[in-house]
Amino acid sequence: MSMIGLVDCNSFYVSCERVFQPRLCSVPVGVMSNNDGCVIALSNELKTLGITMGTPAFELQHLVRQGRIHLLSSNYELYGDMSARVLAVLEEYAPIVEPYSIDEMFVRFDGFERDALLAHSQQLHRKVRQYTGIPVCVGVAPSRTLAKLANRAAKKIPAYGGVCMLQPGSRETQALLEKFALGDVWGVGRRLVERLALIGIKSAWDLAQADPKRLRQQFSVTLERTALELRGISCIEMSDFLEPRQRIMTSRSFGKLTDDLAEIREAMRQHGQRGAEKLRHQRSLARAVLVFLKTNPFRTDLPQYSPSLAMELPHPTDDSREILHAAGEALQRIYRQGYLYQKGGVMLLDLIDADRQQLSLLDTPQSDTERQRSAKLMGVMDELNHRMGRGTVKFGTPSPGAAWHLRCAHRSARWTTRWDELPVVPMG
Amino acid sequence: MTLANLIPAHPEPPSLALPYPLAVGRAGLSGFPSPAQDYEGRTLDLNERLVKRPSATFFMGVTGDSMVRFGIYDGDLLLVDRSIDPRPGHIIVAMVDGEITVKRYELRGQVPCLCSGNPRYAPIPLVDIECQVWGVVRSVIHEYQV
Repeated sequence: MSMIGLVDCNSFYVSCERVFQPRLCSVPVGVMSNNDGCVIALSNELKTLGITMGTPAFELQHLVRQGRIHLLSSNYELYGDMSARVLAVLEEYAPIVEPYSIDEMFVRFDGFERDALLAHSQQLHRKVRQYTGIPVCVGVAPSRTLAKLANRAAKKIPAYGGVCMLQPGSRETQALLEKFALGDVWGVGRRLVERLALIGIKSAWDLAQADPKRLRQQFSVTLERTALELRGISCIEMSDFLEPRQRIMTSRSFGKLTDDLAEIREAMRQHGQRGAEKLRHQRSLARAVLVFLKTNPFRTDLPQYSPSLAMELPHPTDDSREILHAAGEALQRIYRQGYLYQKGGVMLLDLIDADRQQLSLLDTPQSDTERQRSAKLMGVMDELNHRMGRGTVKFGTPSPGAAWHLRCAHRSARWTTRWDELPVVPMG
Repeated sequence: MTLANLIPAHPEPPSLALPYPLAVGRAGLSGFPSPAQDYEGRTLDLNERLVKRPSATFFMGVTGDSMVRFGIYDGDLLLVDRSIDPRPGHIIVAMVDGEITVKRYELRGQVPCLCSGNPRYAPIPLVDIECQVWGVVRSVIHEYQV
């Protein structure tokens, strides 16, 4: 049977920092947004203090001064590099690896026997930690939705030791599905939870047992598929997944192997633009852009190279121009001649609501006039593309300039990507 | 069919020796170099020679004089490979009581110790002490003033 694994890095940004700063281990650590505005990533210890995602950094300054918590500026270059390392280790253990976000990857296993696959997943779990220093949780199941729940179980239930494999029809699977609330299931939002409760569907197990046809008639095809997936029947591809609004990813294979930079740049520009459209559609702003390229792992006769690079945006934005500018710059820096690339993509990271009130205070966005102009331009562009077909209006070369002056007073060194910022160990 | 030929992924992943661009935005790498590359007349690549497993290899600078006997000098560059299980005799990067340090891992009698390459620093027996291995030093790059 074909099995799907979801590998999720634990508190990824904080874990990256901890690899190089052991003093941050087991103390409360948070990573802040652009310009040190608010907390966007938290260690478990920080969560235990009742601090949540999005808490403005200035509200926590007294805790920082007392030395009770540590707040760091975001270091996207480090996170992007560590993410690529995790991906590279996974590629040694699974024939197909699909990045889903900067800290989540799907892997596919075929032809394993049950016990062998569990042992293999446990080894993968150990090796990622050993090689990269990043702790991960692994959920394995025949479908993505079930793999996601398995991953959650691996994270929440210590007895699993970070790896949970679920077989459809097993008592273990049933017990977990009964335990999990509906809202924990991928693609089931709050409103859906309320509607489902009215017809007696309260747990993930209830949903799995519901009549799929009835779900389709009363709700949607998507919910029917989710229910089937919970039974272990794989029917959702990664591209079908409703994004949980925290990141947007657009990627596709180039159709053929290519090393033509112009061609790749054009593809990436389309991805960037498509991503920015999605962003505006869901009324979010992105804080960072990650660009990745992949060679074909099955062409073992060709040299392999799968780089990625994350670029911080000057301020949270949904402006295609800024996103394309960052993506173009990232591509320029990771592209190497001599490799035939199969696939590439653009991820928009750490999204926030465009409507958030505190924004202007915390994130030093564009000036109001600038923002209105940008919104107007983007609105017209989206409208034209919507009415006259995608790609009617698009960008040529991204606007140059826009200096990246960011406040990042508390950023750790870019330990893995800059010669002049390598860790230095005293030998005494 | 036996279990062995049912498994397409590598149960024992091959070690990967491939060039790997250092400048920025490092790569995830897998697979094998093309045999044809030998004929392409490309320049020799030190990464290929020194970086055996890119995903687990990290660069570090060092300061101080405690490892001089093992050929590590102030200002040198270490290539640290986290994929190697440390054995006695390895030079390792370790975290001792929350501090990162570079030592030689040795067995003195039955007692594992972290030893310096300089008589001025006493060996640290790994008894009642919190020590975690960060990685194993695979090579040292020492640049001369010219």
